[in-house]
Amino acid sequence: MKFSEQWLREWVNPSIDSNELSEQLSMAGLEVDGVEPVAADFHTVVVGEVVECGPHPDADKLQVTKVNTNDGELLDIVCGAPNCRQGIKVVVAKVGAVLPGDFKIKKAKLRGHPSHGMLCSFKELGLIDDHDGIIELPTDAPIGEDYRAYLGLDDSSIDIDLTPNRGDCLSIRGIAREVGVLNGLDVKEPEIVDTASTIEQQKTIHLDAPELCPRYLGRVIEGIDVTKPTPIWMSEKLRRSGIRSIDPVVDITNYVLLELGHPMHAFDLDKVSGDIHVRQAAHKESLTLLDGESIELDDDVLVIADEQKALAIAGVYGGKESGVTLQSKNIFLESAFFSPDAILGKARRYGLHTDASHRYERGVDPELQRTAIERATQLIIDICGGQAGPVTEAVASEYLPKRGTVNLRAARLEKILGVHIKDEQVTEILNRLGLNAAFNDGVWSVTIPSHRFDLDIEEDLIEEVARIYGYNSITAAAPAAQLRMTAHKEADVSRHQLVNALVERGYQEAITYSFVDPKHQAQLFNEAAALTLPHPISIDMSSMRVSLWPGLAGAVAHNQKRQQSVLAFVETGLRFIPDETAENGVRQEAMLAGIRAGKAQLEHWSDGERAVDFYDIKGDVEALLAKTGEAHLFRFVADRHDALHPGQSAAIYKGEQKVGFVGALHPQHQKALGLNQRAFVFEVELSAVAQRRLPLARPVSRFPSIRRDLAIVLDQHIAAGEVLAEMENVGVKQLVGLNLFDVYEGEGVPEGKRSLALTLTLQDTDKTLEEAEVNALIEQFVEKLKTEFNATLRD
Amino acid sequence: MQLQEIVEQAEAAIANADSPQALDEVRVEYMGKKGKLTELLKGLGKLDPSERREAGQKINEAKQQVQASINARKELLKAEELKAQLDAERLDVTLPGRATTVGGVHPVTQTIRRIEQFFGDLGFSVKEGPEVEDGFHNFDALNIPANHPARADHDTFYFTPSTMLRTQTSGVQIRTMEVEEPPLRIISPGRVYRNDYDQTHTPMFHQVEGLMVDTDVSFTQLKGILEDFLTHFFEESLQVRFRPSYFPFTEPSAEVDVMGKDGKWLEVLGCGMVHPNVLKAVGIDPEKYTGFAFGMGVERLTMLRYGVTDLRAFFENDLRFLKQFN
Repeated sequence: MKFSEQWLREWVNPSIDSNELSEQLSMAGLEVDGVEPVAADFHTVVVGEVVECGPHPDADKLQVTKVNTNDGELLDIVCGAPNCRQGIKVVVAKVGAVLPGDFKIKKAKLRGHPSHGMLCSFKELGLIDDHDGIIELPTDAPIGEDYRAYLGLDDSSIDIDLTPNRGDCLSIRGIAREVGVLNGLDVKEPEIVDTASTIEQQKTIHLDAPELCPRYLGRVIEGIDVTKPTPIWMSEKLRRSGIRSIDPVVDITNYVLLELGHPMHAFDLDKVSGDIHVRQAAHKESLTLLDGESIELDDDVLVIADEQKALAIAGVYGGKESGVTLQSKNIFLESAFFSPDAILGKARRYGLHTDASHRYERGVDPELQRTAIERATQLIIDICGGQAGPVTEAVASEYLPKRGTVNLRAARLEKILGVHIKDEQVTEILNRLGLNAAFNDGVWSVTIPSHRFDLDIEEDLIEEVARIYGYNSITAAAPAAQLRMTAHKEADVSRHQLVNALVERGYQEAITYSFVDPKHQAQLFNEAAALTLPHPISIDMSSMRVSLWPGLAGAVAHNQKRQQSVLAFVETGLRFIPDETAENGVRQEAMLAGIRAGKAQLEHWSDGERAVDFYDIKGDVEALLAKTGEAHLFRFVADRHDALHPGQSAAIYKGEQKVGFVGALHPQHQKALGLNQRAFVFEVELSAVAQRRLPLARPVSRFPSIRRDLAIVLDQHIAAGEVLAEMENVGVKQLVGLNLFDVYEGEGVPEGKRSLALTLTLQDTDKTLEEAEVNALIEQFVEKLKTEFNATLRD
Repeated sequence: MQLQEIVEQAEAAIANADSPQALDEVRVEYMGKKGKLTELLKGLGKLDPSERREAGQKINEAKQQVQASINARKELLKAEELKAQLDAERLDVTLPGRATTVGGVHPVTQTIRRIEQFFGDLGFSVKEGPEVEDGFHNFDALNIPANHPARADHDTFYFTPSTMLRTQTSGVQIRTMEVEEPPLRIISPGRVYRNDYDQTHTPMFHQVEGLMVDTDVSFTQLKGILEDFLTHFFEESLQVRFRPSYFPFTEPSAEVDVMGKDGKWLEVLGCGMVHPNVLKAVGIDPEKYTGFAFGMGVERLTMLRYGVTDLRAFFENDLRFLKQFN
């Protein structure tokens, strides 16, 4: 809500400056978003009168004028505005004036004619961005008066960002009341006189949906002249409150809306046939709105209708056909109380957020309708003339909000706030707020005035007391609680520990958006269904990720484009797998994923450089799995994945359960993902690595260990992992170490075969192993390799 | 040969020996089984018994003298050898070490970890929850009824009218209160989503919300814990103010501002006393228990802490940006 500070000060005028006032409002919960001067800096600009006006002899579009500014002699001014004419009052920037944008007015000659000043438009003065020619002032504007003083331009527009509960402050009246409370000042309301009816004309009003509209007041005003100009005091107040002047009837309803916080609507009486009905729309009933758009209404929408058709969406937007135009002579003025439930969501549904709907959604004072209609009548007759009929009021009191009493217990107040505020002070605060507090037996019984429709329960009153008492006057204290230890399960491996393990291996943690480009996702996971955002920020952020890979690939692509050569990212987060059986139709699983590309390390003077490869990232995964203390439960099994290179891709199994994948991104996806190098990725379910085995100590053998190397030759397609697993399966309890230290194919090894070199470390817990025993054990391994893989010892 | 002469020869040979091997040969030549001094000792038997004792003494003295010289020479040669080895192994210690590329934790995570630690020390446990939420947990249970203007303020990403990306992590508080009894002390960090994208908004960001429910939790304690937190988070005594505000799920509600370096107030978190309707929605008696809740924007805190000026940088994952936090 934006408003003119001067306007507020007409109602209540505390002796504090704009900054203090803003601070005070913010600290009372009416957050000031901005304070801006209502006019840019300019000076030496005065009211003048065009005494003579004639065409410029040498320029078609210019006029030559003589302007009276009460300086003793008339000023010669050349003006290009089409509305410049003899007799009008204008705004004159005299020689020496400086206009916004540091525009200095000097003596000049325009096409040979002297020009000593300039006639100004609103735009040139930085008031509104409007270029409908020069400003025309009312005929009573005093010639020679400084224009800033004339308009009271040394004023500020204060913009407050009101929270949805404070609908009562969406007006000068509401804010003035609040400022009055904060400063202990009375608020001066403008005098609103009831207009006696001078004609009989009236409309019968039917409340067909009284629960949605329990009060509706209407009044006929005949014989008005909508072509009259809106007085400048009113259009200036509107402008400073962010509302454009349209025509006097619209301006007046807007003025009342800003002043009192009550929305109003005016219909062209001659377009309304018969009685007024406030009813719910028929299904698909159509209505052409003021802006010309035609919409179909739902049957839960409340409309104002005559006997034949809907005229307007109640409390939201008027219809075109019954709208007031410059030609309208007779109007029907509406001032109604619509229940917030009738309005909530309707404006949004039709994309029609209006000042009226904004207020009705938050609530308006259910007792204000008569005041508002009298205020508007008074202004209309003052400005547009006309004759008013009697006010017709239809009311269904049983549906009007009941504002009863609310109790505030002193003990509860102290319990919630944690500080004691003196009873008298609480009483005083409640009364200043107009809440008529009666204090008995430790309980304040409070009567809620109709304008504080936001106050309903005890906590509302506690907040009011705290707010006026001042949040910053409430002391701070440390919370007290019983000291109880928090469970810390030793077996838990936190996400932080897992990320740290990779960070130590050179990974940078990334955070990528949970919604990704559906093209990228489809590229990598062509069969996976994904959850789609119906209204995304953009199409490339519309698909909920089914894996962390698309986001990580994006991070690599971003950095490759920026000449980064060693790329390793890790991310943790949810993936979203549509699943009818899951809560809200989606499985949300925490994943840990990584990507590497470019060089394995920065080039080093001693070691040179090499490109990252599959075994680099597999080593990272193995280090991660080792965090569980149960690396032996995990297996890597060659497996295919749409996203991965068919020959460099392994499923990660924990027992019999597939918990992840590691591999090279399929080269065919590289370009589509914007990558210019090979990339390697992994992803595991976080839950699979979130627990570690607790240590269970065994005695360490006191006897020496013996190392034997075995070089075996076997078919080259036999997976090394299977060989190692079978070695473990032999069940030799003396095998305490097994390491594959060389893989060789080529000369000396037959075509189609390869050699694996293994180190076996043997140790007994009870004795030193004798040569013969060692040989016997080794023979068991050799035998197993022979039977399982047809492996032979290499010569 | 005279003893004196042999000793002189031996001393000369020792001095000339330029390696441990050469020295050992000298030792054998004079002191070995057939060494020159050993031979002299063997010849003692031929001497008159009256001279034998004195001659023997002299030879032994000579042997000791030669042995001492050999030992001294040996030490010297060892020292020289070590020195030569060390000289040969001299490195340019200013050449760069064999470094592993250093990785790092994302600044947003760093802030979350710090917050978790501060509150963890006070017995708050960390709770997480789903990011695709239902209307009950994201709005209804938080006292935000359908069509409430506060809902519209959330710029929610809806999937269906009843499912959405969570706009706050408050749903985790509800989920926790549904299954756990007071006293409760939890914080819930995580991703939240709003349909808004400009210089100061990203459609995804992080929040940490906190909740404490117990028999005597009050607004003054809420002030205490948050002032304490801000002082420790920024590691300086900042000017802090609590400004009345409105959240449907707390009452009284406040926004908390800190005084920035530029002398302007900056909003850093929202908080309040848990609304009785919220407690009732999860079956907690608001007459018996009271609670406070707070929520902070992690990116905002991170920006203030480390001087980051563009929010969007957090999600570009530009290494040149991220590495500054390592």
